[in-house]
Amino acid sequence: MASMGDTSPDVGRFARLQDQLAGYGFLAPWLIGFFVLTLGPAVASFYLSLTDYSGLNAPHWVGAENYLRIATDDDRFWTAMNVTFTFVLLSVPLKLLFALGVAVALNKGLKGLSLFRAIFYLPSLVGGSVAIAVLWRQVFSGDGLLNQALNMLFGYEGPSWISNPSTSIYTLVLLAVWQFGSSMIIFLAGLRQIPKDMYEAASLDGASPARQFFKITLPLLTPVIFFNAVIITIDAFKAFTSAFIISDGTGGPIDSTLFYTLYLYQEAFTNFRFGYASALAWVLVVIIAFFTAMSFLSARYWVHYDD
Amino acid sequence: MTSLALKKVTKSFGAVDVIRGVDLDIAAGEFVVFVGPSGCGKSTLLRMIAGLEPITSGDLAVGGARMNEVAAARRGVAMVFQSYALYPHMNVYKNMSFGLETAKMPKPEIDTRVRKAADILQITHLLDRKPKQLSGGQRQRVAIGRAIVRDPKIFLFDEPLSNLDAELRVQTRVEIAKLHADIGATMIYVTHDQVEAMTLADRIVVLRAGVIEQHGSPLDIYNKPVNRFVAGFIGSPKMNFLSVAVAASQDDSVVLNLAGKQLTLPQPVPVGQGAPLTLGVRPEHIVAEGAGGVSPDGVSLGTFTVMHVERLGGQTIAYGNLDDRQTLTVALDGQRSIAAGDKLSVSIPAERCHLFGEDERRIGG
Repeated sequence: MASMGDTSPDVGRFARLQDQLAGYGFLAPWLIGFFVLTLGPAVASFYLSLTDYSGLNAPHWVGAENYLRIATDDDRFWTAMNVTFTFVLLSVPLKLLFALGVAVALNKGLKGLSLFRAIFYLPSLVGGSVAIAVLWRQVFSGDGLLNQALNMLFGYEGPSWISNPSTSIYTLVLLAVWQFGSSMIIFLAGLRQIPKDMYEAASLDGASPARQFFKITLPLLTPVIFFNAVIITIDAFKAFTSAFIISDGTGGPIDSTLFYTLYLYQEAFTNFRFGYASALAWVLVVIIAFFTAMSFLSARYWVHYDD
Repeated sequence: MTSLALKKVTKSFGAVDVIRGVDLDIAAGEFVVFVGPSGCGKSTLLRMIAGLEPITSGDLAVGGARMNEVAAARRGVAMVFQSYALYPHMNVYKNMSFGLETAKMPKPEIDTRVRKAADILQITHLLDRKPKQLSGGQRQRVAIGRAIVRDPKIFLFDEPLSNLDAELRVQTRVEIAKLHADIGATMIYVTHDQVEAMTLADRIVVLRAGVIEQHGSPLDIYNKPVNRFVAGFIGSPKMNFLSVAVAASQDDSVVLNLAGKQLTLPQPVPVGQGAPLTLGVRPEHIVAEGAGGVSPDGVSLGTFTVMHVERLGGQTIAYGNLDDRQTLTVALDGQRSIAAGDKLSVSIPAERCHLFGEDERRIGG
């Protein structure tokens, strides 16, 4: 600019520096949050995972010992893995299917769509809360609402779904699936993106509604399905609150709801093995990273991007 | 080849009547163009024929059979969409074969049809590509190919060239005309571009506000527009409309007042002295003296003051006023040495004049 030529290089540099400082100033809240609340603790936990830190004494370096123990000498780790993978494998597809199904139904130009959308979204707002987990315990306990309903309708005396090791995990899966609202909203947005004339062309091509769904809707929705699948999977691996409340923090009965994060919590805050718990946390990071990477690698074979 | 008939067809969206009683017979093999301004209902009418919009009342018959309640896929029609509506996740081959696969046609026959259509449209080398890897013109061909493979009785085109650039538009227009000549199918084509309508149609149907204003051959409509709307819509540059008043009405002629002068047209008018009329003159029919043009042998329109000149090479278009400030556009053949501020005396052959009454209808034959 012509006016820049009138000023000395030093003044120009000072102005640029000022601009940059202002930029960092505006970024500061996020930067402080990132370094103090995210990166700092992450680095600290990685360091602690290589120590025997108990929360009371100073940490002593033990090298890879915690990781070795996880891999070779911890039955509860494998139990937690088993429970968590069962939960992930059941809840992720079910939640995806349910969210997609409701989104497709709501996308049919229903009257009062926004009301239904709000109603279906509600569990996602409150579902992750302690209050709902408490409510869930009431519904699925021995004399809970579900059994009362079963008794009234069919005369069936149901067990306590929560205190039965063979059914307790399914109540947690159900609670997770019930929180399908945010995935549904994203699916709805995705469905709205599919041009109407695509369906008109398909109907002129003689495609039935079912064929239109499988040949047009589903392929064109794959980017959204992929996004939702990744997000839901990561959330499922990290699930904690529901299992903690429903099992009173024990992961019971008989470790049947011992989610990975719950086990990690117990190791840290019940057994005061912060070093070991930190190692568990890093193993979970690797597991989540692995599955996310796998998802992205597989995406090229089944996700259709328009451009 | 199949004929198509619309009888008193209407379409309402709630309280809004979009198509208001359309009667039209389309002969087998005919190329009919629906033309009209935005919102005239031309696309809606096409979609009703396709089966994408229910018909509120009236009858649609294809090949003599009533089609109102027949599903889109069973009407024997194929449609080329304005947006092309290609399936983005399928390659060109799959896009073209989708309808045939849906109809459970044997694979070898599907292959034969797709390759034949691809050959006609010269897109064989694109069969493995996805739509996103194609140019606009190539997408357009695929969309037409998708229609061809179904071997439909009737082709429907919904403004198929509107997303193409000018050069490609002309090229594709010629190809569509050639396609019609080659396969001879009945074609219905919607456009708001009157040049497309004039060049492609066996018959033009001019629509306004859900009503057919006029239908006929392109030259019929150009030469004898039934009203002021059609006269203004067909032809480029647009027809000039000049306010005139009847000075004297005789048995076989009329004297009109225009810009303080009188001109006589050899046609009777059904109105008396003083009645206001509209004189329609096409810019390309006006002869200008003093612009290197032929000496006027028709009726004089008076003096034309040039305000602005557009030079198209093959044509010179002048915009300006008559003495009474009425605007006039004059299109002159070739390159003329005229400039803003020039005063030209303009005239027009009497048989090229169009007269419209107060109700906007054409007066005389």
